[in-house]
Amino acid sequence: MSSSSGSPESWISSFCSLLGHEYFAEISEDFIEDDFNLTGLNSQVAMYKEALEMILDVEPEEDEDDDEDEEEEEGDESIEGEERITRNRAAADRRHQRIASDLTITESSAEMLYGLIHQRFICSRAGIQQMSEKYELAHFGVCPRTFCDQVRTLPVGTSDVPGVDTVKLFCPSCLDIYVPPNSRFQTVDGAFFGRTFGPLFLLTFPEYDLSRKGQDVIGTGRSGTAAADSGEREKINGMNAHNLAPGLGKGKVYEPKIYGFKVSERARSGPRMGWLRKRPADIQELDEAAHFHPDNENSDEGSTINGISSRHRHAKAPRQNGGSPMSVVTNGEI
Amino acid sequence: MPSLLTQIPKHTKYRHRLHLPAQDPPAVRYILPIQAANMDDFNSETDSDYASYWRDWFISSRGNEYFCEIDEDYLTDRFNLTGLNTEVQYYQYALDLVTDVFDLDCDDDMRETIEKSARHLYGLVHARYIVTTRGLSKMLDKYKKADFGKCPRVMCKSHPLLPMGQSDNPNVKAVKLYCARCEDIYNPKSSRHSAIDGAYFGTSFHNIIFQVYPALIPTKSTERYIPRIYGFKVHAPAALIRWQNGEKDDLRKRLRKLEIDSGFADDGEIDAEDTEDEDAMIEGTQEGGEIANQA
Ligand SMILES: [Zn+2]
Ligand SMILES: [Zn+2]
Repeated sequence: MSSSSGSPESWISSFCSLLGHEYFAEISEDFIEDDFNLTGLNSQVAMYKEALEMILDVEPEEDEDDDEDEEEEEGDESIEGEERITRNRAAADRRHQRIASDLTITESSAEMLYGLIHQRFICSRAGIQQMSEKYELAHFGVCPRTFCDQVRTLPVGTSDVPGVDTVKLFCPSCLDIYVPPNSRFQTVDGAFFGRTFGPLFLLTFPEYDLSRKGQDVIGTGRSGTAAADSGEREKINGMNAHNLAPGLGKGKVYEPKIYGFKVSERARSGPRMGWLRKRPADIQELDEAAHFHPDNENSDEGSTINGISSRHRHAKAPRQNGGSPMSVVTNGEI
Repeated sequence: MPSLLTQIPKHTKYRHRLHLPAQDPPAVRYILPIQAANMDDFNSETDSDYASYWRDWFISSRGNEYFCEIDEDYLTDRFNLTGLNTEVQYYQYALDLVTDVFDLDCDDDMRETIEKSARHLYGLVHARYIVTTRGLSKMLDKYKKADFGKCPRVMCKSHPLLPMGQSDNPNVKAVKLYCARCEDIYNPKSSRHSAIDGAYFGTSFHNIIFQVYPALIPTKSTERYIPRIYGFKVHAPAALIRWQNGEKDDLRKRLRKLEIDSGFADDGEIDAEDTEDEDAMIEGTQEGGEIANQA
């Protein structure tokens, strides 16, 4: 079905090498050829079949073939594929000239389809692995926030629906999202990366040292050395505590000053947004499951000042899945 | 950076153009302005007849977009330059160059050194000038045009930035950009800006401007990004976000008790936050048909 061996560059690799497409992973053909992965996409993309053929570098089928043939071919494409391609090549060439305008439509459909498959692919084992390699090479840039000190970011969407918003960069260090610095990314659809990939990445690679700067090489031995240097790892709700927003907290919150004096929050122009960049000094303050336990709650009461009231308000029963790295908050619990 | 000195004939003497004001202009000293003055008072240029070659060249050079033009009146008042003579090599020559009265015949290396000193001197005076009434108004104009760029944080919706330093001493930290909407600081996008000394803007200017022009204070937003996996919040970040929201509510309660305007867009609905949080819990589907409606 694929002709990638014959052509110097596949549609996929040329798409990914376009200016502005630097964030995209190259989806493996195996992934695209598994129908399960494409479930529901045929209704979302115009000229779905043509778009899919374009992505996989399959020559378009002959229009003049009668309907019976067409349907038959659809049934056992994989067997007859190669033969059919050769047979139809001459006819297809003629057809190319005739429907040059159709091709641009197919091209944009193919880009849309690729993007939507991409959203799913980068959440698969193979896809997230490929994205982690790009992350290590800082292909997605670094956080613009000064206190995040050049940590690497991840491309994300704010919506899973195409046409809503452009791609953004998620910083795992401050848990915020930013507009990519280069305007060429401001035409890339955020849905092609989706909302899930960024957070899923954090949970999939808990051993990454997220505070490493963009220009540092993480290297292949990263998990080994990272695990070795701190022995027992502090956990918070299934995440390594040192990876929960390391760019936030004391010393990493901007404090407005005038001639060395802090601007009081009582001033009209006083600070109002400090909370956005705060993090408790003791990260275990956030471990609600631990706090629910009566012993812990009593012993911690004296050590917390600001957090305690809000935490009490939100205290809930401990969760069954609290220790799993894949744990997510179930609906309505929060 | 191309040297201006290569563009001006070597022995040109333009000392005659030195313009000394009959008396000190009223607002040149770098004291903290207490309230916004009527800007119309300062629209009459006192030195507009005198072209400022060096300063014109400097502020229009690529990479110097963050600087405003310092008035000649300000530069020629020695009081404003107090202490800078020890900070700047060849101080007098550098000052002569900045004020277009430089007429030393010297070799190119020396000229380059003096040129460098002049840029440093300009930057150090700039930090003082931009907290004067006139300087603030010039920087305000640039801010309104977003000459300093826009906040990269998505939730800040391209709010314009202001240049700032993390230190008032030179050679400590490069210039950063302050967003008054999220009250955080960011690195300039371009490397030609990230090499500028932060001391040329100082630690106070970007805060003073909002004291002088309180109407400029942007409405603060509680809108934020919430990490989700297939529509579900992730435990650890969600716990942190809840804790941060507690901090925010505490602040709003403190301000309310003091009857101070919190400045948030949705003031008066502290408890609405939690409800909104719950509403935002939308289950994702493979097709991703829903868009989370986060407050
Ligand atoms: Zn960050
Ligand atoms: Zn901002």
